[in-house]
Amino acid sequence: MEKLWEGSRAIAETIKMCRPKVISAYPITPQTHIVESLSQLAADGDLVAEFINVESEHSAASVVLGASATGARTYTATTSQGLLLMLEVLYNIAGMRLPVVMTCANRAVSAPLSIWNDQQDSFTARDSGWIQLYAEDSQEACDLHLMAYRIAEDKRIMLPVMVCLDGFFISHTFEPVEPFEEENVKQFLPDYQPLHYLTPKNPLTFGSFAEPDKYTEARYIIHRTLEESKMVIRETAEDFKKVFGRGGGDLVEDYFLEDADFAFVAMGSIIGSLKDLVDKLREKGEKVGILKIISFRPFPGKEITTALEGIEKIAVLEKAVSLGSGGILVKEVKESFYGRKKTPQINGFIVGLGGRDIPQDSLENIYREFHQGSGDASFVDLNYELLGGK
Amino acid sequence: MKKNLLAPGHSACAGCGESLAIRLVLNAAGENIIVANATGCSEIFTSNYPLSAWEVPWIHSLFENTAAVASGIEAALKVSGRKSEAKVIAQGGDGGMADIGLQALSGMWERWHDVLSVCYDNEGYMNTGIQRSGLTPLDTKTTTTPPGKFSWGNYRPKKNLPLIAAAHGIPYVAVTTVAYPRDIEEKVQKAIKIEGPKYIQIYSPCPLGWRSEPSQTIEIARLAVETGIYPVYEMINGKITSAKKFSKLKPVEEFLKLQGRFSHLFTKEGGDEEIKKIQKIADDNINQFDMILKDGEELQKE
Ligand SMILES: Cc1ncc(C[n+]2csc(CCOP(=O)(O)OP(=O)(O)O)c2C)c(N)n1
Repeated sequence: MEKLWEGSRAIAETIKMCRPKVISAYPITPQTHIVESLSQLAADGDLVAEFINVESEHSAASVVLGASATGARTYTATTSQGLLLMLEVLYNIAGMRLPVVMTCANRAVSAPLSIWNDQQDSFTARDSGWIQLYAEDSQEACDLHLMAYRIAEDKRIMLPVMVCLDGFFISHTFEPVEPFEEENVKQFLPDYQPLHYLTPKNPLTFGSFAEPDKYTEARYIIHRTLEESKMVIRETAEDFKKVFGRGGGDLVEDYFLEDADFAFVAMGSIIGSLKDLVDKLREKGEKVGILKIISFRPFPGKEITTALEGIEKIAVLEKAVSLGSGGILVKEVKESFYGRKKTPQINGFIVGLGGRDIPQDSLENIYREFHQGSGDASFVDLNYELLGGK
Repeated sequence: MKKNLLAPGHSACAGCGESLAIRLVLNAAGENIIVANATGCSEIFTSNYPLSAWEVPWIHSLFENTAAVASGIEAALKVSGRKSEAKVIAQGGDGGMADIGLQALSGMWERWHDVLSVCYDNEGYMNTGIQRSGLTPLDTKTTTTPPGKFSWGNYRPKKNLPLIAAAHGIPYVAVTTVAYPRDIEEKVQKAIKIEGPKYIQIYSPCPLGWRSEPSQTIEIARLAVETGIYPVYEMINGKITSAKKFSKLKPVEEFLKLQGRFSHLFTKEGGDEEIKKIQKIADDNINQFDMILKDGEELQKE
């Protein structure tokens, strides 16, 4: 039976099912409801875990680092400033090959201060060695968390996973979700059996330093593992589908792409709005589709070019920007096509920064202008009055 | 003889007080420990991959998060029913504990984790080339507090970290020194038996940073106590319960003159006035910790 739960509650109920032993977090909007729900579950004895209320996100990440190195399954959650404060530790967790799972309830970064949604925060962590999965809605966010633990703890991978969900749009919205059955979850995700952990029975050294003759290899092996994790992510998603009967089962997901001549590429909750638009345009006979990217790291370059084969125009929408360079996702999509004989026209559109609405009209404009003409790649819906004219 | 839990062959400098102190702490604590270590000299001279000097389970993560990592280790042991397997130690230099790591340390104390925190106090950031820290004493020459026309070196006295620790209401705080190996042993063994947060600060001379003779590490450490510069004491539940006492304290010059980090006090005009300020700090310590033996009181053996 489906439950009508706030996104954060749904995530908390999922985490409970995943049975982490140590949870540590520090409150920040819009992540708060997740950890508050977990605190309640722990207080009521529905979740048997050490819940450590720390004095900062830096310490939250460090607590789960220590606990994971001691062999416990762990969980943390944050967003925005909290994620930036954690960044140093995030690199460290991946470098030490610890299978931590965390949620990023995506939010803009300061200044100016904004509590509203975009994806600049998690994009900043894209090079840290974490697997990053982006959810379209509450149900998918729940499903990805369960998969995240399986992927992270897979002995072929042993890397942390960040599940990204749009702040407010998912974290604070009530949506029907299918709750997990304990039995199925235990079958899909058995208890964590660490390979190496801190114990006097076998005194290992964790976190050595490496001279220049060894450092590159340590980084290379993480990169190679991330490449290999594509197969494990796909495998895990397929297994998930077998046990729970839902889920796309891939790193990317396509929507009406077979006969399309125009495609949107995007990640996260914006996919919902794009689907509405595509449904409307399809009714009018327009050949437009969507490629949803679920896994941003590892980056599914080959899967993207395969899915978009033969499409002439591609609009990459992203809620992030590399200041001084431009869109981030768009460059990676373009790079995937580099060196091919026939490449599509690819334009990037920066949308929804700091929680700005992305009305369907704006999305339709992007389609119309780009489909018919060139459609300048740009910041969408800029208010020129605020900018003092032009 | 028991095995040394910090194996020989590491790359610490000759006369390094910190490596000596670490060996004494580990050997006193025994094999059933897990150590979380801050970035700093102690991590660098012991863990050049694939070598390791650690005969106990050991983790180094970052500079400022050692206490949080230790909190996670302790929580994981507790929740997995492995508490009896190991005691947890969080350790680092004065930079890692007193400055950049103080917030995490305070959090760990306040949350009451069963962890022994140890600060190896060499009074500066030695690993990065002898810069000042919050535990660098008054008028010390470091690379970021050089004496000059308008400067006598570090312009403030040491931050009182043991008192900050005690203010958290933790059950055990102690200050000791590599000059007294038996004292380190006793304090570590006492601390590790107490359930809850504990803090031990160990005076650890650094010949390279202090510009002193490697052969004089112990002598300098001894003089620091014997002049009142670095009192050695214990606080149980916030009260001073014991302090090292002497029948007569020595003048601070005897301690200062052995170290190049204070040489400007003896060569620059006006240095005697600065030495008076340092003597005043020592005198205040002597009073606060009641360091002079009264009639009938006996000198403790080391
Ligand atoms: C966030 C961060 N800032 C700065 C550094 C550079 N750093 C490494 S060790 C160190 C000083 C260590 O001093 P201390 O903790 O006193 O230990 P010691 O080396 O003296 O034993 C510094 C500044 C770092 N590693 N991380």
